[in-house]
This record gives sequence, C-alpha cells and structure tokens, in this order.
Amino acid sequence: MSGGPASQDPELLRRLLRAKDRMDAASHEDWPVGRLARVSGVSEAHFARSFNQAFGVPPHRYLLTRRIERATALLRDTDRSITEIAFETGWRSLGTFGRTFRDVTGQSPSAVRARARASAQGLDRVPACIVSAAHRPHLTMAVSEKRRRVGSAK
Amino acid sequence: MTQGVDVAGVYVRDQDEALEFYVEKVGFRVHTDVKNGDYRWLTVQHPDQPSFQLGLFVPGPPVHDAATAQTLKAVVAKGAMPPLVLVVDDCRAAYDQMRERGVEFTQEPVARYGSVDAGFRDPSGNGWKLIQERR
Repeated sequence: MSGGPASQDPELLRRLLRAKDRMDAASHEDWPVGRLARVSGVSEAHFARSFNQAFGVPPHRYLLTRRIERATALLRDTDRSITEIAFETGWRSLGTFGRTFRDVTGQSPSAVRARARASAQGLDRVPACIVSAAHRPHLTMAVSEKRRRVGSAK
Repeated sequence: MTQGVDVAGVYVRDQDEALEFYVEKVGFRVHTDVKNGDYRWLTVQHPDQPSFQLGLFVPGPPVHDAATAQTLKAVVAKGAMPPLVLVVDDCRAAYDQMRERGVEFTQEPVARYGSVDAGFRDPSGNGWKLIQERR
C-alpha cells in the first residue's frame, strides 16, 4: 500500500487534523508551511505532501477555501462592507480578494451577497458550523489552473 | 419512554483513553463496561440523559479485518466522522470548565443565531459541537 487512503499512520493523521483545525479556527491568519508543520510535529518537507495525501487538497488551497467560505458567510449574515470583509478574512488587498473570490466561486462578492439573501430560508434549524461547511467552495484545482481554464474557455 | 434510540457509537483509537476523556473531561459516566476476550463493550452516558448511551468502540477484530480497522482508524483520525452535538445550558461555562480539564477545543465560543456554540475534539479525532440551548 502506498498512497492509498488507509496507508497513513492514524497518529500522523490526528496531528495533521490539528493543523487543519488550527486553520479552521483562524483562517484569517497567515499559515506558512513551517507554522503548520510545527502544529503537526512533522518536518516542513513532509507536511504539505502528507496533508495533501490525507485531505486531498494542498494546505494553502484548503486555507483559501476556508477564507472564501468565511467571507461568504459574512456577506450573507452581516452588513459589513466588502472591503471590511476582505481584510477580516485574511486578504491584504481588496483586488486579490475579489479576484480569488471570483476564481473560486465564479461570482463576485456582491453577487453572492445578493443571492444568499434572496435564498436563505430555514437554515436556522441546522447547526451553524454545518451550514457553513455545506457552503464550503469546492476547489479541486489550483486557483491559477482554474483561472487558465476559465480564460481559455472564453 | 420504552421505544427509541438506545445506543449510538463512535469509533475511538483507545478505549481507556476515550473512557478517561469522556468521564473525566466531558463529565459523562460509565454505563456499561464489559469485556469478552479481546472485545470490550463500553458505553458512557450524560448524567442528565439516562435513556441514551454513547458507545466507545475500537475498530478491530472480531468485528473488522485488519485493513478495514486501519481504514476506520484513519477516517476517525482525519476528523471525517459525522458531527456530534452536545447541548449545554451555558456554552462559555462549559468551555471554561472543559478547557481547564485539558479538552482540545477547535473553536472558541461564538455567539450567533441566538445561541452560543464552540467546538472540540476527542483524542481520537471525533468532532463535537458544544451548543447552548436556546431559551
């Protein structure tokens, strides 16, 4: 067995999960590989590959999905401006936020805000964290790759 | 009530560790702890909820072959098992108390949707939401 889903040591997986949890809890913070590797108690060289193997997504891309997810929730649930939301969710520039948001979700932040408000019904019966996870964007390829593909399709 | 769900279980990596966690840190009590050879039927329950038991089961023989057990242990350790919800009267007080006892919280208490919720994991990787009952 090499590379199969069950080939990783559960003890290692539990420690990789801790790094994922830490990103979940503070996705607005910077998470360089060295910081994540320390949380998991593995070397930097092993961390990204082990994380990718465990969760099917590279750590940086996972962080992007969490930031977009959180931004989407804030767009839906608050009246904060898009600029405020961009900085609150960890982006250093509004331009990068808007571009990445569109690349990942296919819509602009303002369009997502308008649509979410029009369609939010009955979700107060589901625990908030689960609603949030259900709305997590799928990011099965790198943002740069997604950009290339969308660009060449036009 | 005589009909309804009596036991639902979670997979854990070590039953002694899980027992210590759920009893000493979360505040449950042991309902049943019976060994039969290598097999151990272990359930705990919330002191306010005598009609329900949470089973703490280790993947492995005689129920699972080695490869299946390994897969289940990996899935639990990755936090991929379904969500569990513990309802409390006061989320922040429960958070303070459990954190004091060494529970690994994944989310600090957040007030939203008319309630307060936090998140924690057991040592194996099972994820719990700690949700304050709406009043």
